[in-house]
This record gives sequence, C-alpha cells and structure tokens, in this order.
Amino acid sequence: MDLGVKPVSFTSSSASWKSADGVSDQFPAGLRVLVVDDDPTCLRILEKMLKNCLYEVTTCNRAEVALKFLRDNKNGYDIVISDVHMPDMDGFKLLEHVGLEMDLPVIMMSADDSKNVVMKGVTHGACDYLIKPVRMEALKNIWQHVVRKKKHEWKEKDFEQSGSVDEVERQQKPPEDVDYSSSANEGNWKNSKKRKDEEDEAEERDDSSTLKKPRVVWSVELHQQFVTAVNQLGIDKAVPKKILELMNVPGLTRENVASHLQKYRLYLRRLSGVSQHQNGLGSSFMGPPDAPFGPMSSLSGVDLQALAASGQLPPQSLATIQAAALGRATTKSAIPVPLVDQRNIFSFENPKLRFVDGQQQQNINSKQVSLLHGIPTNMDSKQLATLHQSAQSFGSMSMHVHSQASQSNSLLTQMVQPPSRAQILNEINGSHALNLPSSAGQPVLSQAVPNAVLGRSGIENVRGPVFTSVSSPLQL
Amino acid sequence: MEVDQLQRSFVEYSRLLFHEGFLDGQFSQLQLLQDESNPDFVLEVVSLFFEDSERLLNDLTIALDQQNVEFKKIDAHVHQLKGSSSSIGAQRVKNVCIAFRNLCDEQNAEGCLRCLQQVKQEYLLVKTKLEALLRERHDKRVVHDLNCGFIFQLEQQIVAAGGAIPMLNEFC
Repeated sequence: MDLGVKPVSFTSSSASWKSADGVSDQFPAGLRVLVVDDDPTCLRILEKMLKNCLYEVTTCNRAEVALKFLRDNKNGYDIVISDVHMPDMDGFKLLEHVGLEMDLPVIMMSADDSKNVVMKGVTHGACDYLIKPVRMEALKNIWQHVVRKKKHEWKEKDFEQSGSVDEVERQQKPPEDVDYSSSANEGNWKNSKKRKDEEDEAEERDDSSTLKKPRVVWSVELHQQFVTAVNQLGIDKAVPKKILELMNVPGLTRENVASHLQKYRLYLRRLSGVSQHQNGLGSSFMGPPDAPFGPMSSLSGVDLQALAASGQLPPQSLATIQAAALGRATTKSAIPVPLVDQRNIFSFENPKLRFVDGQQQQNINSKQVSLLHGIPTNMDSKQLATLHQSAQSFGSMSMHVHSQASQSNSLLTQMVQPPSRAQILNEINGSHALNLPSSAGQPVLSQAVPNAVLGRSGIENVRGPVFTSVSSPLQL
Repeated sequence: MEVDQLQRSFVEYSRLLFHEGFLDGQFSQLQLLQDESNPDFVLEVVSLFFEDSERLLNDLTIALDQQNVEFKKIDAHVHQLKGSSSSIGAQRVKNVCIAFRNLCDEQNAEGCLRCLQQVKQEYLLVKTKLEALLRERHDKRVVHDLNCGFIFQLEQQIVAAGGAIPMLNEFC
C-alpha cells in the first residue's frame, strides 16, 4: 500500500521493529504465533506447519488460557490464530478481547465456510479468515498481517511523534499530490512547528518509541472524551497537546493522543475515499450484504460526495442538499448495522443521485455506523452507537474547514482532485452561513462534501473528526 | 526385491487408499510435514485424531439417545468431527459429516441416527487403513492382514535396500 510516505519511514520503521521486538532480519522467521484451537488434531497439525514456516509457536486449546498468555506477556506475540467454534469461549469474543486489549492481528479459522460466519469475522475485525483444513501455503503468508499492522502504526508514530527530527523535516517537504500524505504532512507541519522547542522530547520519543510501550486502550468513553475535546478545540486548534489537556485523563500521554488523532484522521481520509490505498487498519467493517439499507442504500453523504466529485451533482441538487442541511436534525442512528462495503462507498461508481429521499437519513445513519466502524478505536460495532452523538457535532467543523479552503474550480472530477471539491464547497457554502454552531450539524455539506474536503490537499484545517459530518443525518 | 519395485508397490497401495477416497490430499500434506525432527509426526496426529473422534462419536451417541435431542449440541460435535477429519485427510468421514450437519439443520432425529451409524462405519474403515499404514513403523511384528504386512514389509525393504520411502504428492 502506498500511503505517499517516503520509503524512508518504512525503513526506519522496520529498523525500529528490529530493535523493538527483537525480530531478526530473517523475518518472517521467528514470528511469534499464538494458536488457539480446541481440536487437538488440528492444533498439532497447525503447530507443525507453523514450525515448518520457522515461526515461533505457542499453542493452547482454550480461549481463556490464550488470553492469559497474552495478558501475561503483552508484547510476547505478533499474531494470534484462533478457531471460531470453541467450547469455553466463542472465537469472536476472543477476537474482540485481543483487539481491545492487545491490538494484535487475529486470524480466524474454521471448517465452517458459510458466508455469514466469514462475514462475522470481518466485522469483528479479524485480519483474515482461513477455512479448514488449513494448508501450509495459507500459513506461510500470515506475516503480512503483522507487517501491515506495524507499518500502519509506525506511520502514525512517524507523523505525530516524528521519531527523529530528520523525518519531521522530510515530511515537511512540499506536499505530494496524494492528498492523504499531503494533508498528513501539513498536519505534521503544524505539529512540528509547535514542537520546535520539543526537539529533545522528540529524540526521547525516538528512543522510547523503539521500546515497547504499554498500549492504551481506546475505550468508548475515552474516545468520546477525545472526540469531545477535539470538537471543543475546533479542527484548527485540535493539536494533541491541547486535546490531552482537555481530556485530562491521568496516565494518557501526548503521544497516545497524537497517534490516536492520526488514526482518526486516517479514518476520515478513508471516508473521503482518498485513502483507498490505505488499507492498513486491518479492520474494515462490513455489514451483511443484505443489510436493511432500504431503497436508498445508495444514498448517503458519501454517495453524495461521490456524485459531486464525479461531476454529476448539479447545482440545484446542491442547493437542495443545502436546504436540507438546514432542516436536518441531529439524529441518533439506529446503528448496529454496518452495512456498507467500504469499497463501495468509495468506488464512486454509484450514479444514483437520490438524495432527495428522506430515507437517506436512515441510510446515512447506517453509513455512519459503518464508517465509524472504520475508526480504529477498538470498539465493537455496537458501541459505535454512542459515538454518533459526539460525531454529529463535528459537522460544523468540517464546514469551517471547507469554507476556509481556497479552492479552484474544476473540482467536480474526482475525489482525489481537491480543486473540484472546493468548488462544490464554495457553491454549497455560498448561501450557507458558515458559522456552524456545533449543535447544528451541517449534514449536507458535511455529507456531501466530506470527501471533497477531506480529499483536498490543502485541508490542513481538517484535523478534527470531519467524519462526524457523515454521520449527520441528511434530511431532505 | 528391487528398491524401485518396493517403492512402486508402496505407492500403489497408498494410491489405492487415495483412490478409494479414504484419504485425500490433506493426508499427503501431513506426510510432507514429517521430518527428522518429528519422525513420528503422522503417527502422532493420527493417534490424536483417533482419540478425539472416538470421544466425539461417543458424545454423539449419547446426545442422540436423549429424549429431547439437542440438535445444536449435536451440530457442534459434528462440526468438530468434520474439522478434525478434514485436517487429517479422512475424506469419507468428512463427507458424511457434511451430510450429518444438514440433517441437524433439518432437525431430523432419525436421519441423524442413521448418519451417526454411517459416520461410525466410515471412521472404523479409515482407522483400520491408517493403522495399517502406520503401525508397522514402530511395531516390528508381522501382521496377518495381507495389506498390513505387505506395507510393513515394503517399507522395511525399501529402507533396507537404501531407498527412501516415497512421499506421495497430490492425487486429488
């Protein structure tokens, strides 16, 4: 995956990996795998296969025991492979625990290959699903999940903590065309400016970042506090330090906040579709294919954006949306049905511009759910419901950002081209007061343009949870 | 006997098992996994399979003997059996398990009972074949069963003649 970040980052990250985990350069040999399966036959076979791959294997036949191993040795494993059907604990539950507490990549496996079970694996955040009987070839490549996750984490750290001053400078170089990286760069730019006097700290971080740090669990409450803080500060001013101060959580470090903020931004980027190439979060939630989206399934803020971006959004539509935006209500989404295949969201292939339908709200809410799922907050999809509230307040943020964006015209082509979006924004913003009180929610714009806004390379202002805008219901 | 002749006979016999559907490609995978550091790997895994399966078959018998048949429980057991039999390559057992699960879905108690009988039969068959295939590695006594003895002698002779016991590739 190309995140537009210079290869140097990766090099340094893998170097850091070496020192951090003691994994030698014969990687993936020595990968530490924990296998959980109550079937002794399978367990033995897997163990042998993994050993043949030169991995370091630990086996257990009970989920509770597995959790104990993991908790006792927080950084002792790189990846977990677990069976789905186990007598003492459902494999998915174990998956949730591991995701929340240890944030390790988890592979599910089962003799059951029915679609809904596999889907469950996906929605619960498994990074892969293997069908039994498992073959050697399937196991040989599991290391990719570890690298992917680590690479993603390191990128976050690089952006926010700048392991070294050099990296910070590198990232300060002229933004690339890829919106993702440029936004990140600019974001980092601002951060690094504020950190000029913290260079020492940066170096310390460099050292410490190579050491294993206790992971912070971003529980629902914690994330909500985070989101509230960001909201309070406003996107412009939402820097880790201030967020940290606002949150006032003992034991939480600026680094924790910074990396979480980065994840948050990545999530937002994904919403905008720019970060299609960024798939490292490892937990793309997808709802069941037959999710009750209703006829308006195509309708959602994201689709609007897609349409807008693709140039199919006529001005009048925008106006309608705008009007609708005014009337929109802050809603609670019904949540728990993450329905949309994220790929679909960002495919921009959906030509249906049926945003005039009131059902859109429901869809949007649903979409919100699915989009929210993308946030790597280690939350269960059900828990995301609580986020919607706070999420909605972000709508205003995005508006602000958009309005401030200076944009050229021909934006309506692709998401990836900031200019077009700017135009839409301008159009939309035209008759709309941009003083969006946080309570309001600028559904339309937020939803119609999140991609545009987010995709814009110049969106340095978008620090905050623009995604919320997407969550705002669109009432027309 | 010539080494290649011995090897050919061995291969033929194993191939027979594959062709009759008792074993599938997964079993070959197991054979490939065996090496000097784990010379008894296949035997070990097969033994685990026997133990586990017998326990499951027992549980299934008890479960289906109840007044109120708990199909969910039965399904869980069968699923387990399906998993282990597929991991070891016991193809026919696995296939019966698939049919068995469907019957559970339909909550067909009678059908399940019949299926249980069938799965037991298939299990015993594959058990005999596997034991024949493996026993001789460690048990030097001469076996009456022509198949068993044949295989045993084949292996011994191949090794004695300086050859390697052929590993089978995918037949499926």
